[in-house]
Amino acid sequence: MIRAVMVINTQGKPRLAKFYDVQSLEKQQELIRNIYGVLCSRAENVSNFMEVESFFGPDTRLVYKHYATLYFVFIFDSSENELAMLDLIQVFVETLEKCFRNVCELDIVFNYSKMHAILDEIVFGGQVLETSSAEVMRAVEEISKLETASNSISLVPKSVSSWRSR
Amino acid sequence: MEQLKSIGRELAMGSQGGFGQSKEFLELVKSIGEARSKAEEDRIVLHEIETLKRRLSDPDIPKRKMKEYLIRLVYVEMLGHDASFAYIHAVKMTHDDSLLLLKRTGYLAVTLFLSDDHDLIILIVNTIQKDLRSDNYLVVCSALNAVCKLINDETIPAVLPQVLDLLSHPKDAVRKKAIMALHRFYRKSPSSVSHLLSNFRKRLSDNDPGVMGATLCPLFDLIAADPTSFKDLVPTFVNILKQVAERRLPKAYDYHSMPAPFIQIKLLKILALLAAGDKQASDKMYTVVGDIFRKCDSASNIGNAVLYESICCVSSLYPNPKLLEAATDVISRFLKSDSHNLKYMGIDSLGRLIKTSPEIAEQHQLAVIDCLEDPDDTLKRKTFELLYKMTKSSNVEVIVDRMIDYMISINDNHYKTYIASRCVELAEQFTPTNNWFILTMNKVFEHAGDLVNVKVAHNLMRLIAEGFGEDDQTVDTQLRSSAVQSYLHILGEPKLPSVFLQVICWVLGEYGTADGKYPASYIIGKLCDVAEAYSSDETVKAYAITAIMKIYAFEIAAGRKVDMLPECQSLVEELSASHSTDLQQRAYEMQAVIGLDAHAVGSIIPSDASCEDIEIDKDLSFLNNYVQQSIEKGAQPYIPESERSGALNISSFRSQDQHEVTAHGLRFEAYELPKPPVPSTVASFTSSAELVLVPEPSYPRETHQVASVPSGVLDAGPSELKLRLDGVQKKWGRPTYSTPSASSSSDSTSQKTTNGVAQTVASTVSSKAQETYDSRKSPVEISPEKQKLAASLFGGALKTERKPSPANHKVVKTSSSHATQKSQVSKMATVSTEGAVDRTNYQAPDLLDLSEPTVTSAPLSIDPFGQLEGLLDPNLVTSSVNHGADGVSKAPDLMGLYADTPVSGQSSSMGFDVTSEFLNTTLTDQGGAAVAYPTQISKGPNVKDSLEKDALVRQLGVTPSSQNPNLFRDLLGERIRDKPLWGDKISTRDCKNQEAHTGKAFGALWRYTRFFEAYTSLHFLHDMLILLN
Repeated sequence: MIRAVMVINTQGKPRLAKFYDVQSLEKQQELIRNIYGVLCSRAENVSNFMEVESFFGPDTRLVYKHYATLYFVFIFDSSENELAMLDLIQVFVETLEKCFRNVCELDIVFNYSKMHAILDEIVFGGQVLETSSAEVMRAVEEISKLETASNSISLVPKSVSSWRSR
Repeated sequence: MEQLKSIGRELAMGSQGGFGQSKEFLELVKSIGEARSKAEEDRIVLHEIETLKRRLSDPDIPKRKMKEYLIRLVYVEMLGHDASFAYIHAVKMTHDDSLLLLKRTGYLAVTLFLSDDHDLIILIVNTIQKDLRSDNYLVVCSALNAVCKLINDETIPAVLPQVLDLLSHPKDAVRKKAIMALHRFYRKSPSSVSHLLSNFRKRLSDNDPGVMGATLCPLFDLIAADPTSFKDLVPTFVNILKQVAERRLPKAYDYHSMPAPFIQIKLLKILALLAAGDKQASDKMYTVVGDIFRKCDSASNIGNAVLYESICCVSSLYPNPKLLEAATDVISRFLKSDSHNLKYMGIDSLGRLIKTSPEIAEQHQLAVIDCLEDPDDTLKRKTFELLYKMTKSSNVEVIVDRMIDYMISINDNHYKTYIASRCVELAEQFTPTNNWFILTMNKVFEHAGDLVNVKVAHNLMRLIAEGFGEDDQTVDTQLRSSAVQSYLHILGEPKLPSVFLQVICWVLGEYGTADGKYPASYIIGKLCDVAEAYSSDETVKAYAITAIMKIYAFEIAAGRKVDMLPECQSLVEELSASHSTDLQQRAYEMQAVIGLDAHAVGSIIPSDASCEDIEIDKDLSFLNNYVQQSIEKGAQPYIPESERSGALNISSFRSQDQHEVTAHGLRFEAYELPKPPVPSTVASFTSSAELVLVPEPSYPRETHQVASVPSGVLDAGPSELKLRLDGVQKKWGRPTYSTPSASSSSDSTSQKTTNGVAQTVASTVSSKAQETYDSRKSPVEISPEKQKLAASLFGGALKTERKPSPANHKVVKTSSSHATQKSQVSKMATVSTEGAVDRTNYQAPDLLDLSEPTVTSAPLSIDPFGQLEGLLDPNLVTSSVNHGADGVSKAPDLMGLYADTPVSGQSSSMGFDVTSEFLNTTLTDQGGAAVAYPTQISKGPNVKDSLEKDALVRQLGVTPSSQNPNLFRDLLGERIRDKPLWGDKISTRDCKNQEAHTGKAFGALWRYTRFFEAYTSLHFLHDMLILLN
C-alpha cells in the first residue's frame, strides 16, 4: 500500500501532500520536514530509495525522484515494488507534463485541485489505480469537461433565480 | 527567474477558468515564495487565515468564491497551519448538488481536512450514501474517494450496501474504485466485510482487465493473512499471469512496451505467497515464471521491476535449479549495472536467494564489497542487511567490525539502535573467542550507549560470570581479569552510558579484586567515583554501592582488615538519606554487612558464587516452628481463603484497586520485571523449569473461588504468558559453551575431515574459463585490499601457501563420480541440508551469458570417509565450492583459498545449529519461567490478583510497627545471593535491623517471595501478615 505521496520543492516547501492513512496535522508537518531533511542531504547519483522506518514506522520505504526544483516522493510498504514505484512517479510526472505542457513548480502550486484530481486517478486509497498517463489524462479531462459543462448549465437556473428574486 | 517568467503564463491560465485560481491566490503564493524566513511565511499565512475567516463568516458568499477559499485553506493547511474553522464549510459544500465542480472541491477538501474519527464525519455519511447512488459516475467516483479516506469501522455498515452495488456498475472505472473501497474497508476492519470476500474472487473474472488488476490488491492482503484458503486460485493466477505475459491484454495496458507490468508484479507477489513452502503449488508456477524471465525487457526500469519481483518469487518457490540459474543471471546483471537503484535491487535479491543457494553470494563478493563502500547510505545499509544474513563464524569478526565502524559514523539514532542490536546478535551467535566478544561489546556499549537493549548487558555479565563453562578455570580467570582491566581503563572516559556502567560496576564488584592485581581500595575508589559522577542515575548508584559492598565483603571474608574509605563513607551517608528506598536499603544493608564477622559475611556474600543457585524452600517449612508456637500462644490458625466467610467482600474493593496501589508509597507489583531472564547455569534449568510448570494448576482453581470473576479473565493469564515468551533472549551459539563436550569434539573431527576433502578435491575451474576471464578483465583492477576483505568475508582466513590445484584433471574426476555421489547424498538427506543437495550446478547452455566468464565448478565433493562418518555424525559436510567470476580474479591460488575455508566455516556453523537448537528448547523453557511470574503479579487484567493486592494494601495500612525477629533469622538462614538475573539486588537482612519499620520488613519479605511468586501467588503473604499481626 502507498502510505503517502508528496511533492516538496528544493527549499523544503510542500507543494502537494497526500497521506493515505490518518495522520495528524502536526505529524504530517513533521514527516514532511524529516523527509526533506534527508532528501536534501543526499548526494547526486545515488539510488532513489531511502529507509524511512525511523520516522514512518516499520515496514516503510521511500522512493523519490528529483525534477528541476521539485522532489516527488512516494512512501509505501513492502507490498509494493521499489522500481515500480519509481515508474509510478514517472507516470505522475508524465501526466502532469501532458496536462500543463512543460510543467514547472508554479503549475503545481496554482492547479492544486487539478493535481489532486490527477493523483486520485493514479493512486486510489493507497493502491495503484492506473498506470497509463493517457488513460489518466482522459479521465481528468472528462472531469474538467463535465465540470465546466455543469457550470454552464447551472448558470441558467442561477440567473433565473436571481432574476426571480429581484 | 524562471518562476517569475511562468507567473505570466499562470495569469493567462488563471483567466481561462476551470482549475485556475484568482489573483489573490497568486499573490499569496508569490509572497510565500518570496518569504525569506519561516517567521515571515508564518505571518503571511496567518494574515491569509484571518482574511479567509472574515470572508467565510459572510453568510452569502458566491459559491465559486467559496470554492476558491476552500482551496486556499487546503493549501494553508498543507503549509502546517490550522484551518479547522473551515471544515464545516467544506462539509457543507459536499451537500451542494447544483455544481459538480463544487461537490468535487468539497470532497477534496474534506478528504484532506478530516480524519476518519472526526466529529463532522457523521454529517457527511448521508451525503456520501446519496452520492454513491448518483447517476453521474463522476459524483460516484468522488464519493468513493471520500469513502476511502473518511469511513471508519463504525460507519462502514452505512455505506457498505451502496459500495457493493457499485461492484456491478457499468463503468469499469467505478467498479475498480468500488473494489478498492472494499479493500480499504477490509484493511480498516476485516470483520466488517468478512462475509463479502467472495466478491473479490468473483471480480477476478471481470471483463475489464483493469478491474481484475484492482482485485489483486485486496486478494494480496487476504492471501498474506491466510494463504491456505486460496490455494485453489493458484491455477487461475498462473493462467492470468501467462495471458498477461503473452500480451493477450489490449495494447492500452502496455506500459513502456511491457504488458501490464503492475499486474504482473502483483501476480508474482501473490504467487510467491501461495507457493511458500508448497511444492505442489510451486510446480505449477515454474513455467510461467521462467517465461517472464525470458520475456522481460531488462533495458527499461519497469522491466527490471518485474524481473526483481520474479526473483523474489523464485526465492519463495520450492527451489528449482533452472529458475535459480535465471535469477542468478539477473542478479549479476543488477550488480554489474551502474545504476544504484539496480545495485540496490541486486543486493536485496541476493539477500533473498541466499537462503536457498548460499553460494551465489560468493560469486558476487567483490560487487558486494563495492556496495559496502559506496557513498550511498541506502545501498550500504542494504548491504549490511545482506552481510547479516550471510554471517558465519569464519567471517563474523570482519562483518561486525565493519558494522561497528559504520555505527560509529552515523548519527541516526534509529538505525544506530538497529545496527547495534544486529552486532550484538551476531557476536552472540558466532563469537570466535570470548575475549573478542567482550571487546566488541565494549565498543558497542561505548558508541551506541543507552540505545542497546538491557538484555545485552545482562548477557555480557553472564558471559563474564560463567566464562567458557569448561573445567579450565584459568581461562575464565584470564577473561575476567582482562574484562576488569578494560573496564578500569574505560572508566576514564568522560561520559558513559548507564547500561554500560551497570555492567562495569557489576563486574568490578564481582571480580575487581579476584586476581589480586588491584587493591580493594583502588576498585572501591573507582566505584565511588562512578557513583559520584553519575549521581543522577539511581540504577548506576545502586549497582555501584552493591559492588562496593561485595568488595568489602570479600575482603572481610578473606580475613583482611577493612577501613571504610572516606569517600565511600560519605557515599553511604548520602545514600542512606536518599529519597529512593532502594538506595537507602542498599546503604543500610552495606553498613550492616560490614559490621559482621568474617564467617557471617562469607555466607551472605560468598566469593565468586554469582552462578550458583539459590535454594528456595517453597513450602516455607522453616516457618512451621514459628507457626506452631504462635498457635500455641493462641493465634488464629490459617484458614484457606475458600473457607473464609469474608472472602467475597473483597470484590467490593475492585473498583479502587489500581488507584489504591499507586497512592501508597510502597509498590505492590513485583519489583521491576526481572531484567531479561538470563539463565545463569545449566543446572538452574531444573529449578526454574519447575517454576514455569507449576503456576497454572494452582492458579485457575483459586480464581474460581471468587464468584464474581468473569470467566474471560481465566484465559488472560496463560495467553499473556504465551505472548511474553516472544521476548525471550537470544541464546548462545557457541557450541563449547553449555553443551556437553561430546558435540564439540565431534565438531573438530568433522572439521578435520572436511579440510582433508578440500585438499584432495579443492576447486575446479576449467583453465579455459580462466583464460577468457583474464583476457577480459585484468586482475590488476581489483585491489589486493579488497580481495583480502572479500576473502575474509566470504571465505575466511587467507592461507596463501595453499597449493593451487591443477584444474582440468580434477574436473573430470569429480564429474565422473558426481552422479554416484549425488545419489549417496540424497540417501543421507536426513543429515545433510537441503541446500547442499540442491546446490548441484545446472548449466543450461542457452542461459549462458557471454558477459559471464564460464566457470565450471565441482558441485559436490565428498570424502568417502566423510560420508561414512556422516552417517553417524550430524555435522556431515557436503561442500560445494562454487566460484564466481569475481572470485577467480587472481589466478588459481586464490581459488585454493576459497576452496577450503568455506568448508570449515560451514561445518562449524552446522555444529551451531545443532547446539543452538538444543539450547533453544531448554532456554525457552527457562525464559518462559522467568517471564511467567511477573505477568501474574504485575497489574495484568487478572481480577483475582488485583483483589489480593488490594486486600494487602488494606492490611498493610493497619500493620502495627512490631515485627518478628524470628522470621528474619530464618530468612537469613537461606543464603540469598544476588545475580545479574535479579537486577543485582541483594536480599539479605541483618538481625540488627530489627528496628526497621514494618514497611521495610515487608519489602524484604517481598523480595524473598519473588522467587516463588509464580508458585504460591500471593496468599502466602496474607498469612504472613496475619502472623505478624
